[in-house]
Amino acid sequence: MVDWILVLAGGAVGAPVRYLIGTAAKARLRWTYPWGTLSANLGACLLLGLFVEAGTGGTLDASGQALLSTGFCGALSTWSTFSYELLTLAGGRKSIEAAGYLLVSVVLGLTASFAGAGIARALW
Amino acid sequence: MIIAVAAGGAIGALARYGVSRMWPNGGDAYLVWRTGAAAFPWTTLLINAVGCFLMGVLTISLKKRFTGASPLLSPLLGTGVLGGFTTFSTYTDDARRLFENGQPGPAVAYLILTVGASMSGVLLGVACVAGMLQVRRGGSDTRQGREGS
Repeated sequence: MVDWILVLAGGAVGAPVRYLIGTAAKARLRWTYPWGTLSANLGACLLLGLFVEAGTGGTLDASGQALLSTGFCGALSTWSTFSYELLTLAGGRKSIEAAGYLLVSVVLGLTASFAGAGIARALW
Repeated sequence: MIIAVAAGGAIGALARYGVSRMWPNGGDAYLVWRTGAAAFPWTTLLINAVGCFLMGVLTISLKKRFTGASPLLSPLLGTGVLGGFTTFSTYTDDARRLFENGQPGPAVAYLILTVGASMSGVLLGVACVAGMLQVRRGGSDTRQGREGS
């Protein structure tokens, strides 16, 4: 029961953080590229790599995983907004930008995950 | 606005947790089979594909059909619920674990399959709603035509 509440709490924080990153990016950067979603996703990938590896190492227990990994990182990152942004870019005759956005997200997201796990191994 | 996103995010994350508890595999679970091979993360793949489909349905519905809907609906359901339901970080982390477990084939397959399923999902969602609206409009046009003649 407690882990459900922890996931709920993590999700209630992760999603608004993504929303705030999105609005900040929109206000600061005039170029209409989805910087907000990209930063939220990459940040979440780095953190999740760190948390999951900390869990494997025994530093972060199941409750911490529910709150930080499943709840916070899961809600901070998104596929649904990402896919719609890709569709909008591709539909707006910006196929190269769309392909670039996809490739950068996947490659850097994976790199961030490895980096987060590496940091966790170095720390604990 | 923030509260709507937070409430939605909490619901979405909870739904994802529920689904991944129901079908534990490579996703949020740490299931490694006795053979030493990690399970293929079908659950996360399915969650992301379904979330993208619903995002397509929601966004086009709000844009084309329910134009007078509350401005809170998109942050609540889109940014909140669907954003909290789908996850990019688990996607890359699942792939990382498959790579680290010496399964580069499934890892690459998972990376590509998720992109394909999610993009198909959002496209299908958009197409479904667009098609339904087309049928409605077409139907009312025929009626008007008959009345006119």
